Amino acid sequence: MWLLAGRGPRCGRALVPWASGAACLGLPWLRCPATRGSTAEPWAPARLYGSGDRKEKIDMSRFPAENIRNFSVIAHVDHGKSTLADRLLELTGTIDKTKNNKQVLDKLQVERERGITVKAQTASLFYNCEGKQYLLNLIDTPGHVDFSYEVSRSLSACQGVLLVVDANEGIQAQTVANFFLAFEAQLSVIPVINKIDLKNADPERVEKQIEKAFDIPSDECIKISAKLGTNVESVLQAVIERIPPPQGHCKNPLRALVFDSTFDQYRGVIANIALFDGVVSKGDKIVSAHTQKIYEVNEVGILNPNEQPTDKLYAGQVGYLIAGMKDVTEAQIGDTLYLHKQPVEPLPGFKSAKPMVFAGMYPIDQSEYNNLKSAIEKLTLNDSSVTVYRDSSLALGAGWRLGFLGLLHMEVFNQRLEQEYNASVILTTPTVPYKAVLSSAKLIKEYREKEITIINPAQFPEKSKVTEYLEPVVLGTVITPDEYTGKIMMLCQARRGVQKNMMYIDQHRVMLKYLFPLNEIVVDFYDSLKSLSSGYASFDYEDAGYQTAELVKMDILLNGNIVEELVTVVHKDKAHSVGKVICERLKDSLPRQLFEIAIQAAIGSKIIARETVKAYRKNVLAKCYGGDITRKMKLLKRQAEGKKKLRKVGNIEVPKDAFIKVLKTQPDK
Amino acid sequence: MGHGTHRVLKGTDGVCPTPAPEEDRQEVAVRTPVSSRWRRRPEAPGSPGTSSSKGRCPRVTQPFLLPLSALVAHLARLAELFVSWARLGLGFLLAAPNAMTLPRFRPRGWVAATKAAQRRHQAEAAGGPRGPAPRSQRAALYVHVSVGGGARGTRPWRSRAQVAAYDPVNSRVVFSRPQMSGRTARSAAVTATSTSTSPAAWTRRRSGAVWVESVFFGGGTPSLASPHTVAAVLEAVAQATHLPTDAEVTLEANPTSSPGTRLAAFGTAGVNRLSIGLQSLDDAELRLLGRTHSASDALRTLAEARHLFPGRVSVDLMLGLPAQQVGPWLGQLQELLCHCDDHISLYQLSLERGTALFAQVHQGALPAPDPELAAEMYQKGRAVLQEAGFRQYEVSNFARKGALSTHNWNYWQCGQYLGVGPGAHGRFLPQGTRGHTREARIQTLEPDNWMKEVKLFGHGTRKRVPLGELELLEEVLAMGLRTDLGITHQHWEEFEPQLTLWDVFGTSKEVKELLEQGLLLLDHRGLRCSWEGLAVLDSLLLTLLPQLQEAWQQRTRALVPGG
Repeated sequence: MWLLAGRGPRCGRALVPWASGAACLGLPWLRCPATRGSTAEPWAPARLYGSGDRKEKIDMSRFPAENIRNFSVIAHVDHGKSTLADRLLELTGTIDKTKNNKQVLDKLQVERERGITVKAQTASLFYNCEGKQYLLNLIDTPGHVDFSYEVSRSLSACQGVLLVVDANEGIQAQTVANFFLAFEAQLSVIPVINKIDLKNADPERVEKQIEKAFDIPSDECIKISAKLGTNVESVLQAVIERIPPPQGHCKNPLRALVFDSTFDQYRGVIANIALFDGVVSKGDKIVSAHTQKIYEVNEVGILNPNEQPTDKLYAGQVGYLIAGMKDVTEAQIGDTLYLHKQPVEPLPGFKSAKPMVFAGMYPIDQSEYNNLKSAIEKLTLNDSSVTVYRDSSLALGAGWRLGFLGLLHMEVFNQRLEQEYNASVILTTPTVPYKAVLSSAKLIKEYREKEITIINPAQFPEKSKVTEYLEPVVLGTVITPDEYTGKIMMLCQARRGVQKNMMYIDQHRVMLKYLFPLNEIVVDFYDSLKSLSSGYASFDYEDAGYQTAELVKMDILLNGNIVEELVTVVHKDKAHSVGKVICERLKDSLPRQLFEIAIQAAIGSKIIARETVKAYRKNVLAKCYGGDITRKMKLLKRQAEGKKKLRKVGNIEVPKDAFIKVLKTQPDK
Repeated sequence: MGHGTHRVLKGTDGVCPTPAPEEDRQEVAVRTPVSSRWRRRPEAPGSPGTSSSKGRCPRVTQPFLLPLSALVAHLARLAELFVSWARLGLGFLLAAPNAMTLPRFRPRGWVAATKAAQRRHQAEAAGGPRGPAPRSQRAALYVHVSVGGGARGTRPWRSRAQVAAYDPVNSRVVFSRPQMSGRTARSAAVTATSTSTSPAAWTRRRSGAVWVESVFFGGGTPSLASPHTVAAVLEAVAQATHLPTDAEVTLEANPTSSPGTRLAAFGTAGVNRLSIGLQSLDDAELRLLGRTHSASDALRTLAEARHLFPGRVSVDLMLGLPAQQVGPWLGQLQELLCHCDDHISLYQLSLERGTALFAQVHQGALPAPDPELAAEMYQKGRAVLQEAGFRQYEVSNFARKGALSTHNWNYWQCGQYLGVGPGAHGRFLPQGTRGHTREARIQTLEPDNWMKEVKLFGHGTRKRVPLGELELLEEVLAMGLRTDLGITHQHWEEFEPQLTLWDVFGTSKEVKELLEQGLLLLDHRGLRCSWEGLAVLDSLLLTLLPQLQEAWQQRTRALVPGG
């Protein structure tokens, strides 16, 4: 169901209640078909509401390319992107105005909980302006740095963006990153200063920042309060006026870009597509340019925001397509679809997502392996940016090594596993993909290449067999109030960062650019930054390739025996501190045994850190009389049972917990 | 006093049909319900093990249930009275001087006999004296005395919080354990039923009756209860079972609540051993533990107790308290050695959730006890006691001149025991069950509910769990290794004639490691811990228990055709 509305001095209001009982049931925030009193007036021929036939469709041919605007909303986290989207949906009647419209496009539980957007969602809005019916395709995007791939994917289907900036916080690191993504894609940028209702809002200062950082004249900024709906109407106006319509022609053969895909248990892959040329309709035979597989289109439609079948989709439009694809890999992001026997030049493909962070994932109990496997498979059906390799650990059993785009991506993935698939997992400390340039002819032959990527520390080649090691680096942007600059620069230096640039974006805010080894920022950099700037500094990064690094492999020994799962690759300068931390964590989590345990961190034969777990001197229940026996036996048996699952390193029994505590990502501070 | 008693009697009117002369009322009140019960339902007093009336066992079909259930019901009933008195008539217990001197109490039957027989009980070298009855018929009886109460707003006893400062289960009252079981008891029961003599008389006379070898009044402060009660309970036990005149009857006593006159009254009532909850000789530590007595109170009580029960007084000393240091603690132990009798228990404090002390440590008001220091105290304490001629016959218990606790020894030997009172545990072979399956029974924990259930069903058993053969063996292992004797081959054979200790542990590589480390000994005598091993027994058991399970399963597989 959708309601079409236009408002404003130049826009006649038009509301078209369009019925879909199913949608009403499924989407409680949507108003069920009902007239809106005297303001409701039928629109065009599609007065369909109340019809018994739920399958009636919108005639998409009514929207020629010039009446279409494809745009996206980009912003730093919490700057109000999803709230603005809610207002736009309300204003165009796509959803009803109720107080419950909170981040309508954030469908995942994790998105609502964290106030972030993970999966970009698309919604088609119908807007009547100056007598013309416009089709506005809003593509909501994730805000976080990890998901910049989602952003860029969304942007390729757009001609313009709304760049939302908080009137209080001003430009943040991610605002900068997102702006440049849009700028590089040559999209029209409409700066929107949000939250002007806040007490500390200073839209004028933000206008100046935008002018200074992005070179956009301050009079182009639209000042709104998405929360209260203030001035949101003018955003729609700007979208129509300032964003160019998509190019493309219905008469050309079909050329559709897959810019996202989701997986539905019952219907298979739902591909989100942007039509650059041509028309697609149900029954068409289409071909994937990437796989050359042929599919028959079962369903096409628009998203508003739920799937709404239509008869056809035309050039310039954005919608979805279901064509019997069983796997999201069949609907690869960036792939081009064309009609069978009418091949076209594929659209420039997207760079496929490159994992930046790797972590081991294991079921808490091995009996859960298969369940977890299927959960991961299902989740990766929806998130093709996660790479999955099978892996196994002596302590943790069979599992996987997963590649993520970043830490938040990893956390979100984990949280979705828990929430949507009720799977509890052990996630090991993330590592980054190092590289080694091999010098040993034997190894080169073995790997069939000179430069290898090391995902698992166990595969780390010896120094004697390599010319050099490489580590991934990123260009980080930090924006902070200037009083924290000193502390932040010290933090960056401690993380082996190299300063590249520093500029004031207004009188009190500084933008710092640093080149960081990815490894240094991947675990807790963001938390440290937040805590030493009282939460005011923001951070974002972009991939900056690889640099030579002095890497070493560090072993952890228990009474002289190497613990294979704790082998770590570290930078030489960090080996001591990292080794110390691991030893300390192990010491805290290793239960005492009947003999002393030496925990050592070693590089080659050199011990760089050591901790000792003393032997048990007393471990016996003091009082054990009649009433204590049952309880004691129960406890002993439970412990004995647990002991069976212990991993033995030499003669030392190591509980899984101990590994988990060492390997696991430490909780946020 | 008379008043208080009177009110109690009124409260239990139903069991006291004819008004007795006042001086007799207490006794009558205690005994009558039991005997009237027996009179009314001689064949089946109801299964003591069922937790509700619905679960009662079919009566006539299982006449052999009689002796055991009778005893339990009997004691439960007594304990009920006990608690009632505690609730209602406390004043008289503590305040009336004549209550302490028992001027009108006429010792009868067992108590009188014991008085003559009271003598120093020298335990045999093996640790526990053995009665003439077969093992299956012997039992210990634990009576848990509840000191909760105070429902009326007057709290003559210390508040529960104080009592429970370190022991969360310390607010209840219990009896000791009788060991009973086997075919003899069963056939005796059948015989008894067929002769339809008075059950009470029957149990005492027949050779098949249960031998209660020890009675333990525990639960923290049973010494706050009336000596009359103790006497009455013992009398009832003696009526329902065979209670030898030299049976060990221990009472847990608290220093403040045990002035000499009262202790003497308990002696008159039949108590012949005292376990004094001394805990510390440092006033600050005593306050920390929520104790209201002082170190000098403790020493005074100890002196009085030794005077009254020479050679049969036990004291306990806590170690590993928050902020406690090794040196001063050893000083306390040395001081205690100057005053103590022939039995000492050393207990390491274990912080249990739900106690005041736990809360204080958790909130950071007190430092967490240091396990390293506690271990050092324990090791040094053991050495000091050994030096002083004490035998460490169990992990926490030390005795010289053979003054072992018969009652507790029975636990570690996995003898049978009955528990009566709120939360009390029992383990015995109920008559009438098929095979030789022991049952673990637990009585209802909360005193009020326990009383209600006893009133309604005649017993307070809340839970009965059959103890499998392997489970029993596991207990034999875990409990037996707590003693200095460990598990002798002979002892093991009593429980498991087919699988020897060698069969179970002789071939295990892991056990061998423990033997090589000198923590464990397996030889012609049996299996036992070394001096070092005893202190880390719980770690050893994590190797031994799975080994036992494995050996057991292998044998079971071998026995099951095709299995």
